[in-house]
This record gives sequence, C-alpha cells and structure tokens, in this order.
Amino acid sequence: MSPDSHAFIFLNAFLINNFVLAMFLGLCPFLGVSGKVKTAWNMGLAVIFVMLVSSVCAFGINHLLVRFDLEFLRLISYIAVIASAVQLVEMFVKKFSPALFRTLGIFLPLITTNCAILGLALFQTNREYDFTQCLAFSLGAGAGFTLALVLMAGLREKLELADVPDTVTQAALSLMIAGLLSLTFMGFAGLGG
Amino acid sequence: MATDPRAPETLSLATFTQGVWKENPVFVMLLGLCPVLAVTNTATNALAMGLATTFVLLCSGVLVSLLRKIIPKQVRIACYIIIIATFVTIVDYAIQAISLDLHRALGAFIQLIVVNCVILGRAESYASKNPVTNAFVNALGMGVGFTLALLCLGVVREVLGFGSLFGFELFGASFQPWAVFALPPGGFFALAGWLFLFALIRKRRTAAKPEESHVA
Repeated sequence: MSPDSHAFIFLNAFLINNFVLAMFLGLCPFLGVSGKVKTAWNMGLAVIFVMLVSSVCAFGINHLLVRFDLEFLRLISYIAVIASAVQLVEMFVKKFSPALFRTLGIFLPLITTNCAILGLALFQTNREYDFTQCLAFSLGAGAGFTLALVLMAGLREKLELADVPDTVTQAALSLMIAGLLSLTFMGFAGLGG
Repeated sequence: MATDPRAPETLSLATFTQGVWKENPVFVMLLGLCPVLAVTNTATNALAMGLATTFVLLCSGVLVSLLRKIIPKQVRIACYIIIIATFVTIVDYAIQAISLDLHRALGAFIQLIVVNCVILGRAESYASKNPVTNAFVNALGMGVGFTLALLCLGVVREVLGFGSLFGFELFGASFQPWAVFALPPGGFFALAGWLFLFALIRKRRTAAKPEESHVA
C-alpha cells in the first residue's frame, strides 16, 4: 500500500497510530467515560461525527488562511470552529432526536476540550492531506477512538468483579490496562510495512 | 479551593504550594494527561513542555484576572479559549525560533496546549475570581507542579528507555535499554507506577497517624 492511499491513511489512523493508544490524544474521555460499554459506544459515535464535521471545516479554513497569508491565526480559528461545530451538533441533535440527546448528555459539550479533535485538525494540516484524504483520516481516527474506548470499557466491566489490592487506585489500575492495550496495539505496527 | 470559591483568596504560601503538591494537576487531579504521556520520552522534552505550559498558564492567568470584570459571564469560556490560544501561538513561534529540533520533537503537542484542561481549569476556577497577584502566584505553583510531574515521568522513561539523562549516557555500552519505556506503553506504565507509589505513601501516612495518637 502506498502511504498516500486512502486505505492506508484510514488503517494508519485506525490501528497503527491509534489516536488514544499510540498518540495519547483524547485521554480524558478515554479514562473518564470508559466505565460502561454502552456509554463508551455512544461517546465514540458522537466523536466520529464531530471529527468529520470539524475536519471538513478545518480543511476549508486552512485554504482560506493560506490564501490570505494568515497562517498564524490557524490555531485560534480551528479552536473556534471546533467549539461552534460542537455547539451546532448539540442543537441539531436536540432538535431532531431528543432521545439520542438524552443518552449523550454531558459528553456532547465536553467533546470541545477533547484534544483528539484539535489534534486531528492539526495533523491533517501538517501532513497536507487533500479533501478525500482528510475524510479517510477523520473516519479512521474516529473509528480508532471508538475501538479503544469500547475495548477499555469491556475490560473495566470485567474488572468490577476482580480482586485487586486497594492501594492500586482506580486511576493507576486503568492506566496499567491502557498500557497493556497499547502494547498489543503496537503489534499492528507491522501492518505499515 | 476548599473555602468559598466566590470570595477572593488572601495571598499566602498555600496559594503557591497547593499547585505543587496538594492539588498537583497530574498526580492528584489527573488533568492534562495527553501531553504528560506523549512528550515525556526524554527528560529534555518533558522540561521544555513543562516550561511552555507554565508560560501559557502564567500569561493567561494574569490576563484573565485583569479582564475578569469586563468579560461577560455568558461568553467567558470562549474568551478564555481565545486568550489561551493567543499565548500558545506565541509559544509555538518562539520555540520554532529558538530550537527547530525541539519543535520537531514536540510536534503538534505545543499547539495542543490550548486544550490542556489544567489551563482552562485554572482560568475558570481561580484567575476569573481573584486579583492579579494571586492569579500569578497560583498559576506559577500549578506550572511548577505540572513541570515537576512531567520531569518525574521524563527522567524515569529516559533512564530506563535510553540509558541516559538529558542526553548524557549514564551507563556503559553494555547497558541494554528497556525499550518499552521509550515507546507509548511505557508512558502509561510509568504514570501508573508513580500513582501507585503515591497511593502507597498516602496509605502509610494514614496508617501511621492513629498509632501516634495512641502512644500520646
């Protein structure tokens, strides 16, 4: 696979350089919202959606900024766009599907401060992806985030029943599991060739 | 922050020390973990990241505190984010000018300081309610605490993963580096190890106290 092909970009963001386990992006929801598989799944879907929207917006904005020689405004405009994209998604979901809105609850607005979203926008700019590559990248990154979150939630549901020493606090235990998951994901590095 | 959050705090040593130890952003509050794990594979990177974050914390803390009576309540978060993003852009260009190698090593994580929840958390819960000097001292404490935590991780990971410290070789040529600590999983393991250590110390302390009172 050539490194520019869409399939490779997707796989790379999905497994090889998983946003959570290899790049350490979006750790707050990864540790905070991974208590139950159901909520983890919903959170993942919301993140995929916001990633797609903000990736498309960031692509457009970057073109505008480059045209007018205003690259130093990139960071400020990206963060503003992500914040408004999340706000927009929130209003949209609230209007058209109140049931989904209730399930997502507080997680929707919190996506704004998820560094995976801003990271995605910054990486796609640094790597100079074209429009369809951006789409593949954001889908892969979102799917990878969801996969990591659901895996983690599944493990933590099992751990509820495990007998662990009480000095190993909740956070230390979660980090240990995350480390093991990250080790297994390193096995995918061979896929890159 | 245990007192009434709306009343401005009087300036004391605790304003500084709470960020360093009692409310250490990384080890106690588990905030801003993304840069903590991502750029601490060497002690140099960890120190640079810590200093950059401290600078943004200080500047945004002071500016938010100066503007706290002007910023309308409804749009305050957006204002804070814009202020923080401005200073992060300054840091980003400054590091690029000072050391291009360092800029490459830290990569997008300099720009990602914007979404570091430690900074927004300080702006929202402290700088927006306190006078400038308090905000400055508090932000300095938080920054020092954050830098120390990053250094703790960076030193462990560099010594084990590369067998060096700040780039200087520590062991002879026969040293076999424990490569996993230089790789992503090592970040998780190192932080889990530190948290475990602190939990152990805390447990020892609470276990020791009742005995003392019993003796007395």
